[in-house]
Amino acid sequence: MPSTTPSAPAGDPLIVMEAVNKWYGTYHALRDVNLSVGRGEKIVLCGPSGSGKSTLIRCINQLETIKSGSITVDGTRLDDSSRSVDAVRSEVGMVFQSFNLFPHMTVLQNCTLAPMRVRGIPAAQAEATARRYLERVRIAEHAHKYPAQLSGGQQQRVAIARALCMEPKVMLFDEPTSALDPEMVKEVLDTMVGLARDGMTMVCVTHEMGFARQVADRVIFMAEGEILEQADPETFFRSPRHPRARSFLGEILAHH
Amino acid sequence: MGNSFGLGELGFLIQGLKWTVLLAVIAFIGGGIGGLGVALARTSTSWGLRRITAGYIAVFQGTPLLMQLFVIYYGLGLVGLTLPAWLAVAIAFTLHASAFLGEIWRGAIEALPKGQFEAAKALGLHYVPRMRDVILPQALRIALPATIGFLVQLIKGTSLAAIVGFIELARAGQIVSNQTYAPLLVFTVVGAIYFALCWPLSLYGTHIENRISRTAR
Repeated sequence: MPSTTPSAPAGDPLIVMEAVNKWYGTYHALRDVNLSVGRGEKIVLCGPSGSGKSTLIRCINQLETIKSGSITVDGTRLDDSSRSVDAVRSEVGMVFQSFNLFPHMTVLQNCTLAPMRVRGIPAAQAEATARRYLERVRIAEHAHKYPAQLSGGQQQRVAIARALCMEPKVMLFDEPTSALDPEMVKEVLDTMVGLARDGMTMVCVTHEMGFARQVADRVIFMAEGEILEQADPETFFRSPRHPRARSFLGEILAHH
Repeated sequence: MGNSFGLGELGFLIQGLKWTVLLAVIAFIGGGIGGLGVALARTSTSWGLRRITAGYIAVFQGTPLLMQLFVIYYGLGLVGLTLPAWLAVAIAFTLHASAFLGEIWRGAIEALPKGQFEAAKALGLHYVPRMRDVILPQALRIALPATIGFLVQLIKGTSLAAIVGFIELARAGQIVSNQTYAPLLVFTVVGAIYFALCWPLSLYGTHIENRISRTAR
């Protein structure tokens, strides 16, 4: 991980969202969301579908634009300028529910493209970095395969490696295991746990409550575009305060 | 006078064929470049660019190629631009092909899963590498059968250049037919030449289409 962050001293939050509002037409997707994510902090966002948790993390790298409020990532405030958007995106890694690997490129090419094109890293060096991260997600032997030749779990691990190759300061996970067959969920979660142990800052939208218990510093519960509750996982799972959180947990845990 | 159809006449047809191929190649290259611009403009975030190119496509898709040739050939002359016939015709075909290829490729770009755009953006890839390395290679693959189909149309469409006095294959056939009084023979030969040009392309298009539909599960 690059340690050159002169813009903000350590101890400062890495991500700050203040009074963020987001609308889809007349639908109020995010309501006055305030959130600050510390360096090295692991956050799990949960809540019923349509609660705005995916929207929230998609705002952090401007895959969604916000109506009002402010978002600052590592000292860079996101405004409409493409410069701030580019600056933030290159520091924020994202893993999607549907993997979104580039199907016309090999695993290795998927991993070297952005470092070469965005950071201007020479091919040989980008490849060495890619191999290191592919090794870390235990998929190095598939480096020359195409995504379609891999299982869902393998594809998602490649997607994680691809994001890591940009050496991001924070990783966003948007329901990374929801599209996976049950037997493949564990390999992806294990990879994420490993990442958390190495000190990566992570914001994860997931329904994997076991994962939340294991790695989260903070669990945030959202419903209807609002953050209704946040607590350490122990407290949240043992005694959720908000009635909606209680009923949500009841439903989720009933299925596990 | 009445010559019979011999090697000389065949040679004349081949001369025409050269122009047909040249026109098709120019139109395809020009249309490829123009069509790329049109497709990118149609899928851009700029409302103005999208509207302008939508209008351009509507005009060229909504009028006969014959009219387009007329208007550009004589129109350029009216505004004082005297270009050689082949250049005027090449311009007309390029504009025509740009509109059609642009629309084909726009459709292919929009057919890609949104996740491909999002993943490229999330990685910090700027517009140029995003389109060049991620979006266009996939879109062009999807669009290849339709693109080849259009190329076949274009080759046959070059026969319309005869209307402005351009001697390509069809016009050459007409001339030879008038000299030999053997229209059936001449146009059979002309037709066979067009067929030999277009059929392999059509076959190739079908082949590609099958391959794509197989790999797309």
